[in-house]
Amino acid sequence: MIELKVNGQTRKFDGDGDMPLLWYLREELSLTGSKFGCGMGLCGACTVHQNGEAIRSCVTPVKAVAGKHITTIEGLSPNGTHPCQVAWEKHGVAQCGYCQAGQIMQAAALLKKTPKPNDEQIDAAMNGNICRCGTYTRIRAAVKSAAGVKA
Amino acid sequence: MSNYTYGESRPALERVSETTRLAQEAYANYDQSVQMLDRRGFVGTVLSASALVLGVAVNPSEATAAPTTWQPSVYLGFEADGTVVIMAHRSEMGTSSRTTLPMMLADELEADWKKVRVEQALGDEKYGSQNTDGSCSVRDFGMAMHKAGATARTMFERAAAQKWGVQPGDVAADQGKVVNGKTKKSLTYAELLPIAAKMEVPKEHELRMKTPDQYKLIGKKVPMLDEHNIVMGKATFGMDAKVPGMLVAMVERPPVYGSKVKSFDNTAALAVKGVQKTVELPMFKQPHLFQQLGGVAVLGDSTWAVMQGRKKLKIDWEKSPNDSYNSADEKKFLLDSVLKPGKVVRNRGDVDAAFATSAKTHEANYYAPLLSHAPMEPPVAVAEFKNGKVETWCPTQNPQAVQEAVAAAMGIPKTDVICHVTLLGGGFGRKSKPDYVVEAALLSKATGKPVKVIWTREDDIKFDYYHTVSGMHMKAGMDANGKLNSWLFRSAFPPIASTFAPGMQYGAEFEVGMGLNELPYDIPNIRGENCPAPNHLRLGWMRAVAHVYHAFGIHSFLDELAVLNNTNYADYMLKSLGPNRNIDLSKDGVKPWNNGQPISKFPISTGRLRRVLEQVVEQSGYGKQKSGNGRGFGIAAHRSFLSYIASVVEVEVDKNGKVTIPNVWTVADCGTVVNPDRVVSQFEGAAVFGTSVAMLGEISAANGRIQQSNFNDYQVARLTESPRNIQVSIVPSKEPAAGVGEPGVPVIVPAITNAIFAATGKRVRDLPVRRTKLV
Repeated sequence: MIELKVNGQTRKFDGDGDMPLLWYLREELSLTGSKFGCGMGLCGACTVHQNGEAIRSCVTPVKAVAGKHITTIEGLSPNGTHPCQVAWEKHGVAQCGYCQAGQIMQAAALLKKTPKPNDEQIDAAMNGNICRCGTYTRIRAAVKSAAGVKA
Repeated sequence: MSNYTYGESRPALERVSETTRLAQEAYANYDQSVQMLDRRGFVGTVLSASALVLGVAVNPSEATAAPTTWQPSVYLGFEADGTVVIMAHRSEMGTSSRTTLPMMLADELEADWKKVRVEQALGDEKYGSQNTDGSCSVRDFGMAMHKAGATARTMFERAAAQKWGVQPGDVAADQGKVVNGKTKKSLTYAELLPIAAKMEVPKEHELRMKTPDQYKLIGKKVPMLDEHNIVMGKATFGMDAKVPGMLVAMVERPPVYGSKVKSFDNTAALAVKGVQKTVELPMFKQPHLFQQLGGVAVLGDSTWAVMQGRKKLKIDWEKSPNDSYNSADEKKFLLDSVLKPGKVVRNRGDVDAAFATSAKTHEANYYAPLLSHAPMEPPVAVAEFKNGKVETWCPTQNPQAVQEAVAAAMGIPKTDVICHVTLLGGGFGRKSKPDYVVEAALLSKATGKPVKVIWTREDDIKFDYYHTVSGMHMKAGMDANGKLNSWLFRSAFPPIASTFAPGMQYGAEFEVGMGLNELPYDIPNIRGENCPAPNHLRLGWMRAVAHVYHAFGIHSFLDELAVLNNTNYADYMLKSLGPNRNIDLSKDGVKPWNNGQPISKFPISTGRLRRVLEQVVEQSGYGKQKSGNGRGFGIAAHRSFLSYIASVVEVEVDKNGKVTIPNVWTVADCGTVVNPDRVVSQFEGAAVFGTSVAMLGEISAANGRIQQSNFNDYQVARLTESPRNIQVSIVPSKEPAAGVGEPGVPVIVPAITNAIFAATGKRVRDLPVRRTKLV
């Protein structure tokens, strides 16, 4: 039996502990905000927080997060009021939107650790998240806007 | 009741199915020796919106039975509380068509946007073409939205005038109500519904359209309707669709195109906990169209179980005629093919005679590899076969093609295929080919349960309808002053047409019509030739289609010619364009494809091309900026999807040959623009998509097997590889709305390679750039 916290709630799982966290979240808990993009930790669409740090849930077995606090996009803020979510809307970042939950979770983890990131820090943090629609310039602007640093 | 038909009744259009149309188009070109074309192209053309939509009868019985709700159009309905319901019949994949078309209707209706509810339409031919492909949603359906809105608004105004006993001219609609100009009293649309719903429908000539100064939404920044749900993680994509009792399925498809299952052993697969069964999917029959590839499906309770089970399948595959397909050989073949004369698709003057008498000539060959669409959401579909009908929930660009393809596979009428369209996690053309929905439907029939077919990224990369590979040959003749007098343009590419007509080696009308037969230059001798190339894979259209490689060839070559003549691309192109005029291709034996649109409405205007080029030069400082020593500026201007686009790209190449792109400037003339911020975002995205094409993208085959599998070996541009700043300017225009989603891509590729030449002196003629050692 694996016990973990997801968005503040205690969850118990007695299935295959090797199952990636992503599928546990999506199929067992119906938290479908985290997306399947590559299954190899290459694109970041599945990004969630483990004790506040960004991880790729598609390559993280459930058993590896036993006892940990997992936050998904659904748990980031009650009404979309996290500064990143607000900034994402303000800058009209999303096109298709599929990767954006992962992008926002990645950015939120960055700002938690580095509240006023410089360009290099933003580049380093966000480079693992692919957006095929190509919204990168707005992602960068939104991260800066959320951090309150100059664009 | 004829009252409830919309506008004047019109004769029914001949309805040609999407797949039939594609097949006809492809076969029709098969034996043509010279391209003299009368048929229309396929991208959103047969079902012309304005002709079709307003002739459709609209649910009269419901309107009379329940007078407090009202559906005056297939696109528009009202609930009793006044809520405006607008049907989004086009698919949303990030271009904002689901927001932009409803906002046009709402504006013309004088609706309160906050009270509008947009519903995604099912697949149904009553809406006209739903094929969200070819950059034509606003172009083809804008007028239909205006007419639907104006008709209902006029009826509310007449209803209010009748109630108050005043002339219709004394009242005016304003944000969900009608105001009496004299008394300033008002009645809401909700209050007027019962009267309006029974009024005679105004004739089209009685409609008074709003003037642009009266627009409240059109021309403004209107956020995408789904934006808040997206940032909350609550937007529903195809990957998120779920039906009670469904099985998850993954399919092990033939490693070589056209190979069949000889035998398979599923013992180990079935032993995996959670795996329920395996089902063999038959191979498609030619022509391929939108059929499944075939293979063996593993079905089970969870994605994880199915993934594990699939790995344990043991399959023996039959030989395929494509077992010997190798990209390295194909590259040689294509570049050889274009050295020999091909099918003439355009001829003006006599290029051979001109070359013989030219003071100088220049020639070059270009190559662009296969590409995969790689939308962030891989193909996925849920389907349930029940009581002889199929219901599906899927991210598709073309729900009517879903109906047709599923119906054909299942042997049921297409009206028995109910297609719910989810949001698309990217499309780029991949999701207008519904083979993945066919798989889900076949598997549901085989198992008696709803089935969700999930493609992994590896499936997506290895089994795409690929963007084709191409070889091009260019030769130009000039006088002693460098003025162009002749241009030979040969192109060889396994055609998309082969997906619809097996054995096709020449491009269909739309492929040739994207760049190959429409050079806009003022040159007395021009010849376009299409050289043959067989296919060994499923091919399909990807964002900007044949313009991607043709623009790469054309604008790289133009840059080479400019350099040869000691000038720059912009000056050389401006000179070569000649006086402002509309190009008449018919003199050269060409009926322009022109995206299926009449050339009278969308002429090929050198003036508009010149304007975007001049403007981007001014904004970027191109020509004044110093190139060399690892920093360079490149430029290209190209008409595609009826829009005129010019981009300047600045690159930096470091001492290790690493390329970064600090700046892109794009100037776009797309005619009338409805939602400017969303248009800008499309051109920003196009700059990134074009960067992937230019710098990184390459699919290759060895012994018939695709060698790439995921984002590690099929790379797409990441944040730091993409342009750091992208400045997009939209040319204000009252011309008809033209394409937005695609035309930003073609210019970026040659603008990047031209910039790399300016920075390093290295001319990249083979894509992607990363294959060339730059320092």
